[in-house]
Amino acid sequence: MDIAKNSLLYLDGVSVSFDGYKALRGLSLTLAPGEMRAIIGPNGAGKTTMMDIITGKTRPDEGDVLFGGSYDLTKMDEAEIAELGIGRKFQKPTVFESHTVDDNILLALKAPRSALATLFGKPAAHTRARIDQILETTKLKDHRFRLAADLSHGQKQWLEIGMLLAQDPKLLLVDEPVAGMTDAETAQTAELLREIAVDHSVVVVEHDMSFVRDLGVKVTVLHEGSVLAEGPLDVVSADPRVIEVYLGR
Amino acid sequence: MMETRKPLLLSLIDTRGGIFLGLIAAATILVPVLALMVPANSAFALPPYLVALFGKYICYALLAIALDLVWGYCGILSLGHGAFFALGGYAMGMYLMRQIGTRGVYAHPELPDFMVFLNMKELPITWWGFQSFPYAMLMVLLIPGLLAFIFGFLAFRSRVTGVYLSIITQAMTYALLLAFFRNDMGFGGNNGLTDFKDILGFNVQAKETRVALFVASCIALGAGYLIARAVTESKFGKVVIAIRDAESRTRFLGYRVETYKLAVFVLSAMMAGVAGALYVPQVGIINPGEFAPANSIEAVIWVAVGGRGTLVGAALGAIIVNWGKTFFTGALPEYWLFALGALFVLVTLFLPKGVVGVIDQYKARRAATHKGGTAAAPAAE
Repeated sequence: MDIAKNSLLYLDGVSVSFDGYKALRGLSLTLAPGEMRAIIGPNGAGKTTMMDIITGKTRPDEGDVLFGGSYDLTKMDEAEIAELGIGRKFQKPTVFESHTVDDNILLALKAPRSALATLFGKPAAHTRARIDQILETTKLKDHRFRLAADLSHGQKQWLEIGMLLAQDPKLLLVDEPVAGMTDAETAQTAELLREIAVDHSVVVVEHDMSFVRDLGVKVTVLHEGSVLAEGPLDVVSADPRVIEVYLGR
Repeated sequence: MMETRKPLLLSLIDTRGGIFLGLIAAATILVPVLALMVPANSAFALPPYLVALFGKYICYALLAIALDLVWGYCGILSLGHGAFFALGGYAMGMYLMRQIGTRGVYAHPELPDFMVFLNMKELPITWWGFQSFPYAMLMVLLIPGLLAFIFGFLAFRSRVTGVYLSIITQAMTYALLLAFFRNDMGFGGNNGLTDFKDILGFNVQAKETRVALFVASCIALGAGYLIARAVTESKFGKVVIAIRDAESRTRFLGYRVETYKLAVFVLSAMMAGVAGALYVPQVGIINPGEFAPANSIEAVIWVAVGGRGTLVGAALGAIIVNWGKTFFTGALPEYWLFALGALFVLVTLFLPKGVVGVIDQYKARRAATHKGGTAAAPAAE
């Protein structure tokens, strides 16, 4: 259990099936505190299902999912897990379209989440400064009073990353952050994530190989619901099994 | 924003709200003057039946604001809000029944006529305490609130959303309709509660009482609007809108979506209950027909016509549609339902944001052409 104790995220033998289809088969994965990890794999490899299990959206049929060595994520719901410090970015950018950019960050900002606190509470003193800082990092300062619905696709992705930062989670799960982005936006996103990884642990799921190369981190390859290979991108992409299922197509 | 902090109450009133509250204030002054001070033979005199009719519209406007709070802001399409309205109405009706005393047909000191008629020997527990006005008013809030709490707790915890939720709200009001039709329920069955004599010692039929009830309805509408504004303008309100836009995103941010929905739903049910309670003494009757699903659906149409998610629009929609209904059911009674149906289709197709949305669009366009005009002028020089 030493590995479990010292890791930030620990998945062991996780399986789940939907109507007989096995989405995950004995998936095991360990993430060290402060680590950034890229997860790749063909469609149906179980990447999104894995995210769903970590964030409490889906319950595994079997296996352990531990956070920070002691919290059993399989027994908690989405809100509890979010409070614990796991933030998630969806594959499709999901922001609050009828709120301004500013309010989107405000809602994500670490603060009491209860209905009573939001109804009667006053915003903390550092709220404004913190929002400014996040808008600076995500290059959205000039757009702060625009409705999120009016942002470009790339800006929405950054806003969502900004919302994750505002939550100040211990672990960020980022699902396909550069899908549909231009090359310039992709490069900027990679830079943004590297900046974030300095003081957060990050798991990035991505299809885009050049983006994964830009990140320059350890890679885990998923295939049919379990781990096929793990290591630096160059090593992994030289693995014949990986080439067969994924890169070779 | 945060830099300029106005006093709480003032910060809630924007231009639209100011106009709206101004109109309510004007009505609360004009109606009493025209109904009580102008001589009855003058062309400007307001007959008592019109005072009661306007009072009814104001109650519907409050119901519409309550519905807008859950539908427009939280995305919960309730097709059963008429149930909360009717329950508030019944609580008021029970108080009014207990005031009749020995003036009933059977002159029983305690039991309302229908109970004597049904051979009931003593007052059912459900009726205890309703001779007291404060107790009855408490029930006007508590009964709809409690029903909304139990219903919402079960529905939101099980994550029932969208059309499924709408269907079960509809089933809820229909179940209540059937239950209240039964004589055994002890709420007057089919006939409901009527023949009211007085409220707080004043004759309900008197001109002065009608005017007072109208004024009370206007005050309730204004207060309901301000409460709804305070809720929607707070951070709580922002979370509620976030739930409407992206429910699971809100959940992954760590908000307990079901608690928020429950809070809004209960508040809205209580507002609907107050609207119902003010409605009953003005129309003089409450019967199970008020639980009819069609009533709740009509309320949804008011909100859609006025503009959902705007509060003022909801109230405006309620008044416009009911005005239309009064006119139509007088002139062409058999066509009213067709007109209502057509109105809903037309609004959905051409005014997705309702009447208020059209006004906003017009203003935005004018502002844009204005800007365009001043920008183009230097270029022409």
